[in-house]
Amino acid sequence: MADKLRAQQHLEASQARYIGIGSSDTTKHEWTSNIARDSLSSYIGHPPLLQYMSIGTGQPREKTRVQLLERMIQPVGPPPMPED
Amino acid sequence: MTSFSNISLYSLTVKQPTATQDAVTGDFIGNGKGEQQVLTANGSRLTLLQVARRQQGFREIYSQDVFGIIRRIAKFRLAGATKDHIVITTDSGRLVTYEYMPDEQEFKTVHFETFGKSGVRRVVPGEYLAVDPKGRAIMIASTEKNKLVYILTRSGQTDIAISSPLEAHKPQTLMYSLVGLDVGYDNPMFAALELDFSSAEIDPSGEAVGELNKELVYYELDLGLNHIVRKYSEVVDRTANILFRAPGGPNAPSGVLVCGEDNITYHRIFNRKSEVHRLAIPRREGATEDPNRKRIIVTGTLYMLKGGDFFYLLQTDDGDVFKLKILPVGTATVEHIVIKYFDTIPLATSICILRAGFVYAACESGDRVLYELESLGDETDDPLFDSTQFPIDPTAPYDPPFFKPRALTNLTPVENLASLNPVMDMEVANLALEDAPQIYTINGAGGRSSFRTTRNALEVLDLIESPLPHDASGVWTTKLTSEDETDTLIILCLHSRTLVLKIGDEVEEAPNTGFLLETNTLGVQQFGEDCILQIHPKGIRHIQQIQFEGDETTATHASLTDWQPPQHRTIVACASNNRQVAIALSSGQILYFECDSDGSLAMAEEEIAVDATINCLAIPDVPEGSVRAFFMAVGCSDNTVRIYNLSPDMEGNILRSISVQGTSSTPTDLTINSMTDKSPRGYSQFLHIGLQSGVYIRSVLDEMTGEIGNTRRRFLGPEPVTFTRVMAAGEPAVLAMTSRPWLAYTHPRTSVLQLTPLNYIPFKSAWNFEGSAFKGIICVSTTELRIFTFNDLLDNTTFEQIPLKYTPRKFISYHEQGTFFVIESEANTMGAGVRQKLIDQGNDAMDLENTNGETNGEANGHSEGDELPPAEFGYPTAKGRWASCIQIVDPVTEKTVVHTVELTDNKSAVSVALVAFEGHNDQKFLAVGTAKNLQFTPYKFTSASIQIYKVSPDGRELEFMHETEVSEPPLALAAFKGKLLVGTGKDLALYECGMRSILRKAMTLNCVPTRIVGLKTQGSRIIVSDQTESVTYVVHKDAVHPNRIIAFADDTVARHTSCVEMVDYETTVGGDKFGNIWLVRCPPKVSEASDESPEGLNLIQDKSYLGGAPNRIELIAHYFANDIPTSIQRTILLSGGEKVIFWAGLQGTLGALIPFSSRRQHKMFQQLELLLRNDDKPLSGRDHLAFRSYYTPVKSVIDGDLIERFLVLSRDKRESIVGQLTGAWSSEGVDEAIWNMRGLYAF
Repeated sequence: MADKLRAQQHLEASQARYIGIGSSDTTKHEWTSNIARDSLSSYIGHPPLLQYMSIGTGQPREKTRVQLLERMIQPVGPPPMPED
Repeated sequence: MTSFSNISLYSLTVKQPTATQDAVTGDFIGNGKGEQQVLTANGSRLTLLQVARRQQGFREIYSQDVFGIIRRIAKFRLAGATKDHIVITTDSGRLVTYEYMPDEQEFKTVHFETFGKSGVRRVVPGEYLAVDPKGRAIMIASTEKNKLVYILTRSGQTDIAISSPLEAHKPQTLMYSLVGLDVGYDNPMFAALELDFSSAEIDPSGEAVGELNKELVYYELDLGLNHIVRKYSEVVDRTANILFRAPGGPNAPSGVLVCGEDNITYHRIFNRKSEVHRLAIPRREGATEDPNRKRIIVTGTLYMLKGGDFFYLLQTDDGDVFKLKILPVGTATVEHIVIKYFDTIPLATSICILRAGFVYAACESGDRVLYELESLGDETDDPLFDSTQFPIDPTAPYDPPFFKPRALTNLTPVENLASLNPVMDMEVANLALEDAPQIYTINGAGGRSSFRTTRNALEVLDLIESPLPHDASGVWTTKLTSEDETDTLIILCLHSRTLVLKIGDEVEEAPNTGFLLETNTLGVQQFGEDCILQIHPKGIRHIQQIQFEGDETTATHASLTDWQPPQHRTIVACASNNRQVAIALSSGQILYFECDSDGSLAMAEEEIAVDATINCLAIPDVPEGSVRAFFMAVGCSDNTVRIYNLSPDMEGNILRSISVQGTSSTPTDLTINSMTDKSPRGYSQFLHIGLQSGVYIRSVLDEMTGEIGNTRRRFLGPEPVTFTRVMAAGEPAVLAMTSRPWLAYTHPRTSVLQLTPLNYIPFKSAWNFEGSAFKGIICVSTTELRIFTFNDLLDNTTFEQIPLKYTPRKFISYHEQGTFFVIESEANTMGAGVRQKLIDQGNDAMDLENTNGETNGEANGHSEGDELPPAEFGYPTAKGRWASCIQIVDPVTEKTVVHTVELTDNKSAVSVALVAFEGHNDQKFLAVGTAKNLQFTPYKFTSASIQIYKVSPDGRELEFMHETEVSEPPLALAAFKGKLLVGTGKDLALYECGMRSILRKAMTLNCVPTRIVGLKTQGSRIIVSDQTESVTYVVHKDAVHPNRIIAFADDTVARHTSCVEMVDYETTVGGDKFGNIWLVRCPPKVSEASDESPEGLNLIQDKSYLGGAPNRIELIAHYFANDIPTSIQRTILLSGGEKVIFWAGLQGTLGALIPFSSRRQHKMFQQLELLLRNDDKPLSGRDHLAFRSYYTPVKSVIDGDLIERFLVLSRDKRESIVGQLTGAWSSEGVDEAIWNMRGLYAF
């Protein structure tokens, strides 16, 4: 039992530490939001990618960066209504 | 069983990326002179640049690849220290700080702190980096949640200790900007722009998103308690995107500037609402400008003047730079802030102001520019806007401020740092019909777009050009005495005549010098103390004491002696130095003379008789401290180079043969000199051999034994090679002349031999020139005398550029006529027609006001001159609009844009192909794919079409023929079997040219899963690249009607293809948008089966496998390049070189992948790479193997950039690495192998 408890604690600690570690209760919305945010943050963090997108849209890199950050707030729309 | 992969490549970077990620100024050398350098991060490279008034503009001091993705750089200096240290964040998951060691020329790692996972991740800090201005703490943060603070303390006199990190995490919070605040010596404070989105996460109605607030959060690091606290936060403008710190201390306000959309606000630390001062960002006034468009600040810098005054330069998204001041000066109170238009410069990622009065703009696109600060912008009469004019609440109404953009007045451009960034497309071709092909690229974005021709050549500076009366075949310069510091005479060998010129204020003919004028001259030598030798076919003339009285051109000389060769013999070759002369006679004898005590010639009793014709001789200069040079080299027509001794050996004999070296062809010229290299002494004696076949050989000639070793060979050009010893940029070098001139020199950084052609006309003879005014190289080419010099030996490429109108997207060459068709389009930009209309309207309105109805004939004459030059000011933006055109560029003869076709109706060009349609004889057609009202995210358009233009026979004009609508924007077009292959969306179709439209002949629906973006063909095979799903192999079957296009093989990995090229019939090389380069191959059986039946019945019957094509292609090589390849090509780069895979990256990288041809070498390189990964760990703290395997494990590619680190390692380290290699390699052998990989394939 102690092992199981420890594993449980470890999982919880990891979940607090690293965003995106799922559990059996992860909803589709959480999961997709996570993926989208990871991607957006990757676009911001890789200089060539950010530049590629900025050239495509014809705007400064800073503007593209802020736009991508804004999209990270709610990348896949609001969470679903709770089913009661 | 050992299995070998069937291909292995050596990846070399030919041209480093030039896109600047970040740049900071600082004193990194710390020599106490208070000089400033600029540290820039380009791609994975850190570069230190120096700007000084004394030298011309920029100089690169040091540059090193850190083998990691550099994200941010900053500097810090602890109190009392004399130099700045560097801190960088990369994808290594480590915080690394460096000190630049100017003497050792290296970045010394000071701290190396692991804090998280490697890679660029959402919650791993590294995206933001801020340093306390007093150098006491460093904060790093990620885009979401995580923040870490490191405390720096001084331990002992010089050491800087770093604490373990303190955490200041806040979950579900995004960060926009981070700065370290200037609080003097209070506890360090950091300000962050944060947005907490937790409320939106739990609100299903979606209303909370609109109510989120952006906060300015202050983090205080309590040095006493050693912890970080979120001290205070206040809500700021929702659009805020960037922060700037304000200077602190007793007489400065401290605090922070928060910039957002149409909004610059000053916030004091812990401020009250009433203490906020707000400015709106001035907008451009002009006919084409939308008066309601709001600007944001994209970058800027704070500059502190002496005496506590300070100002900011802030750049908007238009490129306009504003000067902002916080008033009043010299107090801690803030009453208002003011903003004034400063100048407009190209959009930059970083602006650096140097104390020497320079402004460095690291431009987002195109050349980086260095400006000189002419004035601080106080005198100009541009409107000044004050914070008292604007309400504190950005939503409250106010009158937007306007200004009129104008030409530069406060700044003057001083220097452009050539930069290919961004490369949109590239082609290597030899349109100029030179020895080696040229690299043609389309670069840049917006108004700064350009078409560039890059060549492997050294830039030379032309000093003098003057005509000669006759064709000259040889040129020499000479001093009069051995003590002279500068040359006095120029001797020219005209056709059977010799001309002697004196160098003075003017170069004039000098009579009575004693030279024999009615003969060809073979050599001229300042001999002994004050004599001059003229060697001509009929003898040697020895002239003593040539003198000039003052500025007189007529010379006087003491005595003349003529030495004549034996009867019926002529002198065919000679070699000499200050004390020794050797001549070769037509009979095959070599006679040797030395300088007597009175300066006369003393012939040696020994002579050499060779049974072959002697072509050339060489004697090195007399080594310092000796009376004679020790060796002589003789090149004979029997394909040998022989070395003879000139100093008595053990038995007291001279002119004994020491060694013989065979050559592949007749040697045509020899020379011996000392050049710097990596030997412990710092220089060695080298023998340079030029062959009839155009091959150049350089070997080390041992100074004691005369043995030849350590040989480098390279083909220079199709003509015989001749040499001249010269000084280039202060270093001894050799000028090799063949079909064009080359310089053999020592690379200033790696100390290896570098061979680079000169960007100059070919010439047949040259000599070193040392005048009192300048030093250079004098050369004669037919009837011209020229003097030139070298500036810099670091950069071995030259650029030519032609400005283009809009952002170039793709281009295609018309080889036969030497022209390029470039398609250009600019998103969110007003079309040319609309712009002109608005300008005209504006003018008309003004004319009406001014002339009050008077007829004004000039009103219609307003042309584009009224538009602000887009290269500096950019184009007026308009949401959802496109400006697009097709331009024809002639980079060879006219070097300009020869024709422009503007697209109207909000269409943008997306693809281009040059087609010779079947049945139209030799007529060429240009097919251009267009999309109307194109939008991204989500991808939308209203219609799409393919336009066909007739190309005039000279390739310089286009005539519109017809336009055909298609279902989706055709992102890929290709000429194929006299027809046009079109990729529209997922579908692949084949079209023929009709009278009114193009006619579809075949079509495959859903050929690829997402969208076709590229087509390459060979025979009947078509390689279709998909936007996200790698490549699909497709075959065209024309034996049936209608024709069939059948996809038969595709890939297992989703690669977001950016460019592909067929390496051979089965193999494709490509690049993807994440910066990978890969090679995939179709299995031979599948490949054969695809071509078996003429109607492709067997292929149609094949069952689709797992929802894709019936077969899969295999990955054979993979490599992470850290730059998005935009174009890739299989080509040669050098004259006589072998084919390599050459690629161009978006950020300006040019790279080559070179196939290994020897297994022994490959094995050595593999071991060397492995050893270097451990023994020379990347500076960024990133594991090299993990870096090159960023997304997919690296496969069958050896990183040449890492291998070349071997060249700059210390001698001990090199020896210890070589000792671990199996296969009896010596350090020299490894050097040579590395040199050959670059020297024989790339440059």
